[in-house]
Amino acid sequence: MRYLPHTQGDLQEMLQAVRAQSLEDLFSSVPDACRREQDLRLPGPLSEWELDTHLKQLAETTGPGQGRASFLGAGSYDHYIPATIQALASRSEFYTAYTPYQPEISQGTLQAVFEYQSLCSRLLGLEVSNASMYDGATALTEALFMALRIAKKKKTVAVSKAIHPHYRQVIRTYFEPMGFTVLELDYTAEGQTDTATLQANEDLAAVALQSPNFFGCIEDLSSWAERLHANKALLITAFSEPLAYGLFKSPGSLGADIACGEGQSLGISQSFGGPGLGLFTTRKDYMRNMPGRLVGQTRDRDGKTGYVLTLATREQHIRREKATSNICSNQGLCATIAGMYLASLGGTGLRDLAVLNRDKAEYLKQQLREAGCQIPFSATTFNEFVVRFPAAKQDIPERLLARGIIPGLHLGPYYPELEDHYLLNATETKSKDDLDALVKEVAA
Amino acid sequence: MKEFDTPGASGLIMEEPLLFAKAKTGRSGFSLPSRDVPRAELPPEAETRRPDLPDLSELEVVRHYTRLSQWNFGVDSGVYPLGSCTMKYNPKINEKLAALPGLAGAHPLLPEAMSQGALRLMFELQELLAEITGLDGVTLQPAAGAQGEYAGMRIFYAYHQKQGQTRRKVLIPDTAHGTNPASAALCGFQAIPIPSNAQGILAAESVAELMDTDTAGIMVTNPNTLGLFEENIGDIAQIVHDQGGLVYCDGANFNALMGIADMGRAGIDVLHLNLHKTFSAPHGGGGPGSGPVCVHKELQPFLPLPWIVKNEQGYTLVHEAPDSIGRLHAFYGNFGVMIKAYCYILSMGPLLKQASQCAVLNANYIKEALKEAFHLPYDRLCMHECVFTDQYQQEAGVSTLDIAKRLIDLGFHPPTIYFPLVVQGAMMIEPTESETKEDIDSLIRAFLQIAREACEAPDELHKAPLKTKRKRLDETLAARSPCLTG
Repeated sequence: MRYLPHTQGDLQEMLQAVRAQSLEDLFSSVPDACRREQDLRLPGPLSEWELDTHLKQLAETTGPGQGRASFLGAGSYDHYIPATIQALASRSEFYTAYTPYQPEISQGTLQAVFEYQSLCSRLLGLEVSNASMYDGATALTEALFMALRIAKKKKTVAVSKAIHPHYRQVIRTYFEPMGFTVLELDYTAEGQTDTATLQANEDLAAVALQSPNFFGCIEDLSSWAERLHANKALLITAFSEPLAYGLFKSPGSLGADIACGEGQSLGISQSFGGPGLGLFTTRKDYMRNMPGRLVGQTRDRDGKTGYVLTLATREQHIRREKATSNICSNQGLCATIAGMYLASLGGTGLRDLAVLNRDKAEYLKQQLREAGCQIPFSATTFNEFVVRFPAAKQDIPERLLARGIIPGLHLGPYYPELEDHYLLNATETKSKDDLDALVKEVAA
Repeated sequence: MKEFDTPGASGLIMEEPLLFAKAKTGRSGFSLPSRDVPRAELPPEAETRRPDLPDLSELEVVRHYTRLSQWNFGVDSGVYPLGSCTMKYNPKINEKLAALPGLAGAHPLLPEAMSQGALRLMFELQELLAEITGLDGVTLQPAAGAQGEYAGMRIFYAYHQKQGQTRRKVLIPDTAHGTNPASAALCGFQAIPIPSNAQGILAAESVAELMDTDTAGIMVTNPNTLGLFEENIGDIAQIVHDQGGLVYCDGANFNALMGIADMGRAGIDVLHLNLHKTFSAPHGGGGPGSGPVCVHKELQPFLPLPWIVKNEQGYTLVHEAPDSIGRLHAFYGNFGVMIKAYCYILSMGPLLKQASQCAVLNANYIKEALKEAFHLPYDRLCMHECVFTDQYQQEAGVSTLDIAKRLIDLGFHPPTIYFPLVVQGAMMIEPTESETKEDIDSLIRAFLQIAREACEAPDELHKAPLKTKRKRLDETLAARSPCLTG
């Protein structure tokens, strides 16, 4: 077996050195009652060629197929990934390393993550960023816990119903044992979180919004920030589409105290939903309350600039049960990839790409409207929006699917009041022909 | 000359400034798809300026990250005996297959009819892990080992709620992984420490003393962080079960046990695995990992949603179940990592047992070769790793940190240091099965050379490493005046 280098001779010599007769002897500390009664019943071993064939078959039965267009977004976005990303992320010095516990031989990872932190904090308009969370949902959950830590005695948070339903499900899982109150804020006819649903509440530690929200609508963050700060509560802004901040004002500049969310759009493959990347940024004042790893700048013995993991006193291996989180391994390689992607785009490229995304979606929105569809929410959107197909043509989604076009996400299972609504996404990877083909089917 | 004036300032290890120092507005490393739709009017919420990110050319980006990669040490660079991290070889075929466009490009919310390949892969991986561990139900959703621990504790909580009980405590031995107490605390449990005995393992009596009906259960790392099998696990499980509690096993060290142990028979109710340790997925310099959780059949109803079910039509997702703890991840977890583990298991098949045997052999071989020169606090058969201390070298003022840094100059990644906390100045060495006898002999020679140097020239060791791009870094300075962005 090519992954097992021991020859029979090696085994004999090594067993002799440890004074054992056989490999089985090495396991004498495992009591019989804890042992397997049968050998492993596993398929294989497969040769590399057999494995390749098998996986290709699995890959062929996944996805809409060649040349078919999908308008699915809803937290996972189809963006073009430059060839450089795969080439650079495949450097095995990056991907076969562990967490950079030995900084002198991990400066590559450490500098790349330091740059990632810098890029995220610039993109989101906040002073500090951590080295990543698992994904957008867990980043938001940890942000709510962090706000409760900062607020000390308060026990309530409010979460907008226009946040990704899966993110809200994760919040529910994590909050249930903890005894905090989670209020839900409704959304308005325009598609934004309804300020009227939030009553004055002295116990409120934070409000979490998503912008662009699950319906693709931009939230009015500055007025929320003003209102919350007047009541000594924090504003948490989540997102599932960070490219929006190539065009829209950053959450930090509008008063968000924590901005966190999913970074898959930043050069990371969709990969059936993971690995993605949890972005997490906040104000410097709250740095020591942050969850997750941080990379900081320092100097070596010769006075040269270098990077290390820092502020570990917040973390689980030192603080144990009093840690700010239990996270250790995060999404390091994905953070490095996001850095590579943002460095490739630059500020100029990111702006151009964001504008193009919005223009594609606006074109599609306009064409669908002309084809008789209703666009129920009037708030500004980025590259995603909600559509109600004409009432007389209830068969549109089926018809589209039959043509190999995936008409976005059906909202009914998530929002019963939006039963016949779909969430459509159009990025730079949808050509005008793709958009026109969808509209043509809808109009037919 | 300033630090970054010439790239070749330290031999062939290129210097490289931060991205921000290289940028020039107007450069681009990205090929923007051409515009075929009209420009829409900018909305009032738009920012008027471009984001403040550095503009670089494609070659600048490529050189930047290529140079950074050259300052990193990975498994592909050399021996990486980092204890409890299982730095085994990361097969290249797995990387290639995880990047197949059909899998890497799959949207997580595709209609089920279009996700059959991905669902089948996950379903089969669950079955394979159940067979390997001896447990019944598996979730792949946790994105890392720590989230697996969390899922386990969350299942403890849900199980006791279902029995109409709120139990407040969880027992955690001093030889458990450092994350365990934090994971328990995230579910509102109080972590109660239990000391290990003189043999480095947990005595059943210590558990019996502390186990009561206010205790949800125990979290045992097995093999523990001293590299020892918890031999009393069967009795411990009995004691915990008798009081209505559950037994969690941190299976991060499962690389010692494949094909050997049956965790179901050992009385384990919940166990997490690390696909990025035992099952060869790369660690990525800090993730993404994957921490599947395997449970006894009685706990299957509590597993996180969605579940993958196989029926006559194929594979389908179940989104509702009354006792489930709910969702842990925006989608299904780190699917890309699961592909690599699946490929590894199919490539190895029943030879996984041999992998565990060789991993244990390598660790014992190192232990025997070094125990004269380094203090071995628990001199007995070890599993996949062995733990030494710096007690002998301390006489000359040489610490574990010095030994670790000197190993770097000799061409090796250091072991895990100062962990577990149960021994002072710990060095935890885990060679894995991937290393040849020749490479292990060379690692042993390096350790022995350092032991000699500690006697002959201890002061030199404080200066190590000398050959790296950066010398020993000031971690106190970094923490005292934090600079987290450039």
